Amino acid sequence: MEKHLKVSAIKDGTVLDHIPANQLFKVIDILGLSKIPNQITFGTNLDSKLLGKKAIVKITDKYFEDSDINRIALIAPQAKINIIHNFEVVEKRILSTPSKIEGIAKCMNPACITNHQDVITSFITIATSPELKLLCRYCEKVTDEKNLKIISNQ
Amino acid sequence: MNKSNTIAIDMSKHLISIHDFSKEEILNVLSMASRFEENKNSAIFSDKVVASLFFEPSTRTRLSFETAANRLGARVIGFSDVGNTSVTKGETLKDTIKMVSNYADLIVIRHPLEGSARYASEVSSVPVINAGDGANQHPTQTLLDLYSILKTQGKLENLKINLVGDLKYGRTVHSLLQAMSHFSPKFRFTAPKELRMPEEYKEQLRVKGIEFEESENLEDGIEDMDIVYMTRVQRERFTDAIEYERVKNVYSLRRYMIENARPNMKILHPLPRINEIHQDVDCSDHAYYFDQAGNGVYTRMAIVTLLLGIKEF
Repeated sequence: MEKHLKVSAIKDGTVLDHIPANQLFKVIDILGLSKIPNQITFGTNLDSKLLGKKAIVKITDKYFEDSDINRIALIAPQAKINIIHNFEVVEKRILSTPSKIEGIAKCMNPACITNHQDVITSFITIATSPELKLLCRYCEKVTDEKNLKIISNQ
Repeated sequence: MNKSNTIAIDMSKHLISIHDFSKEEILNVLSMASRFEENKNSAIFSDKVVASLFFEPSTRTRLSFETAANRLGARVIGFSDVGNTSVTKGETLKDTIKMVSNYADLIVIRHPLEGSARYASEVSSVPVINAGDGANQHPTQTLLDLYSILKTQGKLENLKINLVGDLKYGRTVHSLLQAMSHFSPKFRFTAPKELRMPEEYKEQLRVKGIEFEESENLEDGIEDMDIVYMTRVQRERFTDAIEYERVKNVYSLRRYMIENARPNMKILHPLPRINEIHQDVDCSDHAYYFDQAGNGVYTRMAIVTLLLGIKEF
């Protein structure tokens, strides 16, 4: 049987696969995809053995620096990044959680200066498993995975 | 105590958190403080202006910083009530700090928001000292506590310390615990169950192999101690008024409780105290809290001096 792609192939660019379906729009937000002129196709709520429901994003003629793409490791650590040239996967990248995270996550401490004034949040990653733990550079409190909120770029 | 006349110190430009200090840096600050105690008026900064920005009420911290600056010959500007400043018009902390750092050579800041001092240090062009950022850090209090312990015990190593009261919200006990961890202490934590030492701090001690025991009973934890560190249950840290009412008067240290204490045992308290130390303790040889507050001046003289770039005194 011919394999049919749910989201059309791209000739050149980057494919982000195995994104948890409920994190798709956060990924779009973190990578600023709503602001770039490139062609983007995506599918969501696709069946996935690994995730149950997954999303996939294909961005034509766009390649990311590791430091940019690793930002999505916070919310989609199992995502697979494929670099496409002439319809072929020429490189697969593995995400790794950055040791320093700036301007993506919100500090869970309501008394932290970053929740009251226009200060860019800044965290050090102190643990990635079994649970992500981020130490706020400002208030020195830990924000854990279940309290993690992503700051919108909009 | 180290009596050498030269201090080699490599401090960062600001003093924001006790975590910024190594054991050697702590000892160097204490050593310089002891020399300021011997030379109380050392007008070495007559060409400097120190800004004292208190966005939140304070008696001891503000007065001792201003005394320290004055004894060093510096002039002091600032405010102790934001009601008289442009903050009431909505000025951001960033703008206030940027403006003041054009007026002064050093900024001392107390602010109710946690992380405010770190942020101030990032936008300031002059050194910043954290004089308390909400429930987070108060590093100069920790250093004066260490100075008081060193002065009364003659050493910092291998002491038995009982931390009493609000061990959940009290920033002074958290910072003191972390700073003393350099010196192989044994801790006793005396607190009601609502205000116990948070697990993260106990885990830090376990990792370092430092012994501690926990109790709700104050009277049992005095006889074999070197230091009893009392704290106030701080109403301003509670979000639940009922919880505050339940625990506010949980401990009151009385004279009869300290009759069998070790001769060297000293009672410390960051002050202000309410009911947690009865006034009948004040005239005991064990009471040290007012002297402790006095030590804040020498410690802060040392910190101001180091941050203004003088490495030797």
